[in-house]
Parts: sequence; C-alpha cells; structure tokens
Amino acid sequence: MITLTINQQPYQIEADPDMPLLWALRDLIGLTGTKYGCGVAQCGACVVHLNGEAVRSCVTKLSRAAGQKIVTIEGLSKNNDHPLQLAWNEVSVPQCGYCHSGQLMSAAVLLRENPNPTDQDIDNAMAGNICRCGTYPRIRKAIHLAAELQKKEGEAK
Amino acid sequence: MNTNQVSRRDFLRVSGLAGTALCLGFYFPSSAKEAEIINTTGTASSEIELNAWIHIDTNGKVTIFNHRAEMGQGSFQSVPQIIAEELEVDLKDVNIVFAQGNREKYGNQVTGGSSTIRSSYKNLLKLSATARVMLISVAAQKWAVSLADCYAASGHVFHKTSGNKFHYGELVVDASKLATPKEVILKKTSEYKLIRKPLLRQDTPLKTNGTAIFGLDKKLPGMLYATVERNPRLRGVVKSFDASAALKVPGVIKVFKVRMGVFKTFREGVAVVANSTWAAMQGKKALKVAWDDTGFEHINTADIYKRQQDSLQTQEGLFAKKQGEPDAILKQAEKTVDVVYQTPYQSHSCMEPVNCVAHYQGDKVEIWGPIQAPEWVQDYISEQLGLAKEKVIVNMTFLGGGFGRKAFMDYPHEATMISKEMSAPVQVVWTREDDATQGPYRPGISYRCQGAIKDGEITALKFRMAGQNNDHWRAGKTDQANRSTAEGFLKPYYDSIKNISFAEVQFETPIPTMWWRSVYASTNGFAYESFLDEIALAAGKDPLALRRQYLQEERSQLLIDKMEAVSGWKQRKKNEGFGVAITECFASTVGQIVKVSRAENGKIKIDQVWAVMDCGWYVNPDIIKAQVEGSIVMALGAATIHEITFKDGLVEQSNFYNYKMPRITDIPPIEVYIMENEANAGGVGEPGLPAFAPALTNAIFDLTGKRIRKLPFDLSAV
Repeated sequence: MITLTINQQPYQIEADPDMPLLWALRDLIGLTGTKYGCGVAQCGACVVHLNGEAVRSCVTKLSRAAGQKIVTIEGLSKNNDHPLQLAWNEVSVPQCGYCHSGQLMSAAVLLRENPNPTDQDIDNAMAGNICRCGTYPRIRKAIHLAAELQKKEGEAK
Repeated sequence: MNTNQVSRRDFLRVSGLAGTALCLGFYFPSSAKEAEIINTTGTASSEIELNAWIHIDTNGKVTIFNHRAEMGQGSFQSVPQIIAEELEVDLKDVNIVFAQGNREKYGNQVTGGSSTIRSSYKNLLKLSATARVMLISVAAQKWAVSLADCYAASGHVFHKTSGNKFHYGELVVDASKLATPKEVILKKTSEYKLIRKPLLRQDTPLKTNGTAIFGLDKKLPGMLYATVERNPRLRGVVKSFDASAALKVPGVIKVFKVRMGVFKTFREGVAVVANSTWAAMQGKKALKVAWDDTGFEHINTADIYKRQQDSLQTQEGLFAKKQGEPDAILKQAEKTVDVVYQTPYQSHSCMEPVNCVAHYQGDKVEIWGPIQAPEWVQDYISEQLGLAKEKVIVNMTFLGGGFGRKAFMDYPHEATMISKEMSAPVQVVWTREDDATQGPYRPGISYRCQGAIKDGEITALKFRMAGQNNDHWRAGKTDQANRSTAEGFLKPYYDSIKNISFAEVQFETPIPTMWWRSVYASTNGFAYESFLDEIALAAGKDPLALRRQYLQEERSQLLIDKMEAVSGWKQRKKNEGFGVAITECFASTVGQIVKVSRAENGKIKIDQVWAVMDCGWYVNPDIIKAQVEGSIVMALGAATIHEITFKDGLVEQSNFYNYKMPRITDIPPIEVYIMENEANAGGVGEPGLPAFAPALTNAIFDLTGKRIRKLPFDLSAV
C-alpha cells in the first residue's frame, strides 16, 4: 500500500512502486488533468509539483512520490483563479489545450521563484514544455500578465 | 406516423434533453443545394431526417449541437458566436455539446479542409435568425402589436414603446407550434455585436484546470487498458509471438493478436490488455513478436528521393492543369530556370497520442475518442463488424491536436476489435513511440519547376510533382493526377501567365500517408513560391513587385498593399534579408514576409514574421490570429527542425528527442493581420502554414545569396 498526498488529500493505492506517478494519478486515482505526452521527460505535458518543485510525473516513480506533497493541475487553485489561470484565459492561450496543464504547472514554479520574469527567464523556464499548436507567443505574454496580476494581488493583501 | 416527431424524439433522446422546447434544425433536401430550415415540433410530415442544431428550452437556455470536432481550431467558440449573434442571446447562455457521428443528421462531419465555418456559417446565421423571428412573432401576437414594434436582445423580446418584455423561455412553447418563416433578414456586418469581435474562448477555463475531457481522459466503469505492438515495418502480419514474459507483468490480463484496417489494407499487431496503462506498456515491452513482412519493400529515404527525382527528369506525368503550350515555349526560350525542390515526410505528432475507447456489447458498439471524422468511423466499423449504423455510436471528445491524423478509422477499429475480444470496455493507448513510428505520414515530395522568361516577363511555367497521393489509400483513382497538384498556387496567376502546366508523376511506396495540416499546400507552397522567387531574380524583378504585377485581381492587390505597409518592405536595409510568399489554401489567401539577419555569433536569426490573412467573412479575429501564429510555429518545425526518415523499411525517429519540436526558445516575433471584406468565408485553421517556409528561405536567399531547395534545413548551419 502506497500513501500519496495529492492536492492536500491523502490517497492509499495498491500499485507497483516502479509505476510512474503519472499513471497512478490518471488510472488509479482518476485525476486526468495531468497528461501523457512522451513518457520520457521530453515534452512536459505531465508536469506536477513534488514538494513545490516541477517534476515530470511520467518518470517519477511512486516510490519517490510516496509520502511527499504532490500538487496537480486540479490543485493549482480552488476556483481556477491562480494568476496564471486568469492570464491564460485573458490571453486565450490554449488551442487544443492538451499541453497546458503541464505548461501552467511549469510556469507556476517560475512565477513563485521569480515574480518578475524577463522573456529570457520565461524561455529558460518553459523550454521543457512542448506545444504542438504553437501557442508559445501567448504563453510568454500570459506569464507577463500573470506576473502583473500576482503583484496586484500581493498589494491588495 | 409523423416523421418529424420521430426525428425530434430521437434527437431529444440522443441529446439528453427533455421537455417542451423550440428545436430548430436544417437539412439538405436531396433536390436542393440550399439547406431548408425545419421546426421539429411542426406538423409537416415530409420524409426527412433532421440536421438538428439549436434547442431552446423553457428556461431560455440554448443548446447547440456542434457537429464538428474541437481540436484547437476554435469551433467550440466560433459556432456559438455565430448563433448567439443572430439569435440575440448572451454567449454565456449558449451551451455547446458534441454531436455524435450521424451523417443523415448532420451531413458531412469530417473536420478537415478548414471547413467548419466556411461550409456552415450561412446556414447557422439563417437558422438563428429564423428562431429569433419566430420568438418575436409569438410575443407580438401575445401583445397584439405589430412585429415591427418588437425587437429581440439578450434572450428577451421587447416591445419598443411600452417596454414590456418576455423571456425567450416564456415564448418557446408557442413558437414551437409556428411554421418556420420562409425568408428572414440577416444583419449587416456593421450591425454585428459578437461576430468579428475578439471574444474570449469559452473552452479556455476547461483547459486551465484539467477538466476538459480529451480522448485519453475518458473513463468507463470496468474499463481496461491496452497497448498494441504493431509491425514496425508498417505492413505485414504476425508470424508468431511469445507472451509468457508479458503475462508475468503484474496487471496484464490477456495478450492476443489483433487486426486493424489501414485504409484499404489491414495491419496486424499483438494487443496487451491490462488493468492500467502502465501495466499494458510494460507488458508490450516484454513481448516477443516475429513478423512476416513479405512483400513490403524495405525502403530507404535516399532511395525515395532518388526515384522521385529521376522520374521527374524522364516522365511528363498526368496533367492536373494545363493552359497554353508551356512545353513549346520552354523549348524555344532563351532564358529558362529549371530546378528541383524536396520536402520531407512528417508525422502529425499531436500532443495527445492516438487513443480510443471502445465498448463492444454484442449487438452494438459505443466509441469515445479524439475523432475528427465520426461518421467515417461509424461507416467503417458498421461495415467491418456487420452492425447496422445506428448500432455504432461514435462520441467525440476534445482532441489534443488532430492535424489530419485523427480523421481516420484505424485506431477506433483496433479498439473495437480489442473490446470485442475482452467483452469489456477498453481504452487503447498508442505510446509516443507508436504515434511517431507508425504513421500515416505527410508524404515526402519532390518537385521539378521550370520557367521561361522573355524580355523580363514570365512566358511559361511548368510544374511537376512526384510524391505519394493520399487519395490512393482511400478510393482515389490512379488514372488521374493528384487533385491537389496545383494546391497552394494562386488562381489570379492563371489570368496573367498564359502558359502554365501542373502534372503529377505518380510515385508509390507502401508507407501509409495522409492529410497533414494544410495538406499538399504545405509542400507545394514551398516549391511554387520559392520558384517564383527564382524567376523574379532571373527576370530582374523585385520578388514582391513580381507578385503584384502577376496578381492583378483586387483582393490580391489589397493583400500586397497590406504586406508592404506592415513590413516596410520598400524601406528594407542592407544587412536585412526579406522574403515573401503568398499561398492559397482552403479558400483563404495568406501572404507572409519574413525578415532575417545575421546574429553576432554569425548565425541566421529570424527577426520578424508578418502574416496577412484574407479569409473573407470571419467570426473571431483573435482565433484567426492564434491559428496563424500556431501554423507558423508548426511550419517552422517542419522546415527547420524535424523530418521522418526511413532506413531498411523502419522509421528512424521515435520520440521528441529525435523528432524534435520547436520550443518557446525557437519562436520569432509574429504579427498577424486580417483583411476586412465581405467575401465568402474561407478556412482559418490551416491556411497560415504554407507560406512560411518559402518566405523564410526566400529571406535567407535575400540575405546570403544561398538558395535552399530542400527541407528541412538546419537554420544554424546556413
């Protein structure tokens, strides 16, 4: 029995400790927001947060994730109102939308660590996430907008 | 029996809607080209099946049945935006649901050819306006006032002078008893409140919190997961397999041979069914399969292009289009240009790998998946399994990219056969490696282009292509030229250049090929627009001026005006390379100008891309811009980063580490402009792609004098 803490909820699952977290999330727990894109840490569609760090869940074994704090796209905010989610909507970033769970989870770590990212910072942080629809110009734009929203949110508090 | 009422009952059952409502749809009488609008609650009893579309319930809630796939191109936004405009409702009150595959009900549902809006917008406008007029009529009757004194807005009918109003929900019951008006007056473009506005996409929130359900996210009670090991040489059958190691993988339930249709051929594989995707993937790795691929040529990429290019030197091919006598002119011409271009095989590589859920239940099968062509799937499965069509239920989910790949029937067929074997619902997941190595692919094509010039003017153009014809995999005739041979080439050229021919020199391999975003225009555009650049040089003309001279029709002239104005083409400086290309694709024309320079490290840098789209009447300018931006990124990848190659009959690429994709670090600044006119709507999802590669290579020529005739090329090595 493996215990996982996902989006602050505890889950007990019966699974091979070598199973990647991605498949446990999707097939055993039913959190399908985290996507399968390549299975080899190339595309970033499966990015989740493990103790606050962006990891590729397709190559993160359950043995590593057990007992750690995991956040998936479903837990990024309660009401779809993380500054990045608001900015993604405002800029109409997604097209097919499949890669954007991973894009958002990568961007969330960037924005937490670097509240005022430059284009170069964004490129460095987001280069591991592929978007086949080519929404990159809008991803960049939306991250800048989210940084502004985050600042305003901070000031309001 | 009243057929209409039967249709309506069926419709309501399928749609999950109930209760009294106004339900309008359109259908195409066999005798007429124009759609006819029908009230499903009316009393007419002609023998029709309805294209059901709009449903307004007694709460005023509007439900639209989207008969096309949403794969990123925005049909989920643009279809409601059209309907809300003429129906006079708020967009937030419009609920959109995916229609199931049903050719009789919805007509052609294949989401391809950038056709969703251009093929249906006129009917959608008329349908929505008809519903509005019916609702206004009921209100006017109730108030005993004239129609002219009433108007509709925000889901209500208002009486102008008294200020009285009815909610649509209060009117639908009576409206549903009215006959549909024969003529309705549509709004002028200047009156639009929603159409032509950059409204935010309604599907975005679903795509930012993980709630959008893609094919891979579909779950059913008791559903099993399957992977399939298929012949890596794309053809042939299973000679034998050893499942002993696979069956030892915890979670693996069953291993068996499965056959799926690939267009008109079949392909065998070995399915591994398990209780999780991971177990199925591990089981697949543990399989040992011996293949019999007798009869499959073990093809190599170098041989493909050699064969194509040899044949282009010796064969005339089948004419797709011919005017004047280009051969005679070329023979006598003093100045000619004669060059060959080469374009690669490409994989669609949607971010969501191919997958499908099937639940076979003996007398019927239900399918869910990222599907571009639900009624083709319905046709094919019903034929293969001997089931009546209505026993094959095909549900579309959101698609994590489509680009043409998900318009075919192989993967739903395979999923159905596996579900049948298991007597359980099964999701078949293609690994990224399966997706990359098993096709179908965009065909690699060689082009031979010849031109004659006299006194600085073009006197003849002769184009020949050699590459696989996608139609041959379906029902295409092999005694005719590929119908797409001239795709991408602008029609006004035919008026100004008297001698032109396009021909296909037929070329076959056993590699399955299919539509890839913008289809043949994606490769034709590179050859034809690069060639016009070479012709301009030979004729001593500026490349954009040459296009202006030979594209005499007004829309082309306005497009070129815009391209010149936004790019500063005439003011370009010495160390800047500017390249232009203009292509037509699915009834829209796109012109692009690319600016390049040498960075300090000596490498070519793309400084700017300007794209001008003329798609005629349009719905949402922001979606158009997004589609053009995305098309340019996809074109950049196909021109400079990735290609599918074959060695000994095997595909050499397998995942994103050797079939690399453009990343955020590769993207130049892109500006998109839209031409304003009232012409018939053209496509949006694909036409932005073809002009990019030639505009880029023409810009590189302008800067460096180096002509690139083969894609892909390494931008960092120029």
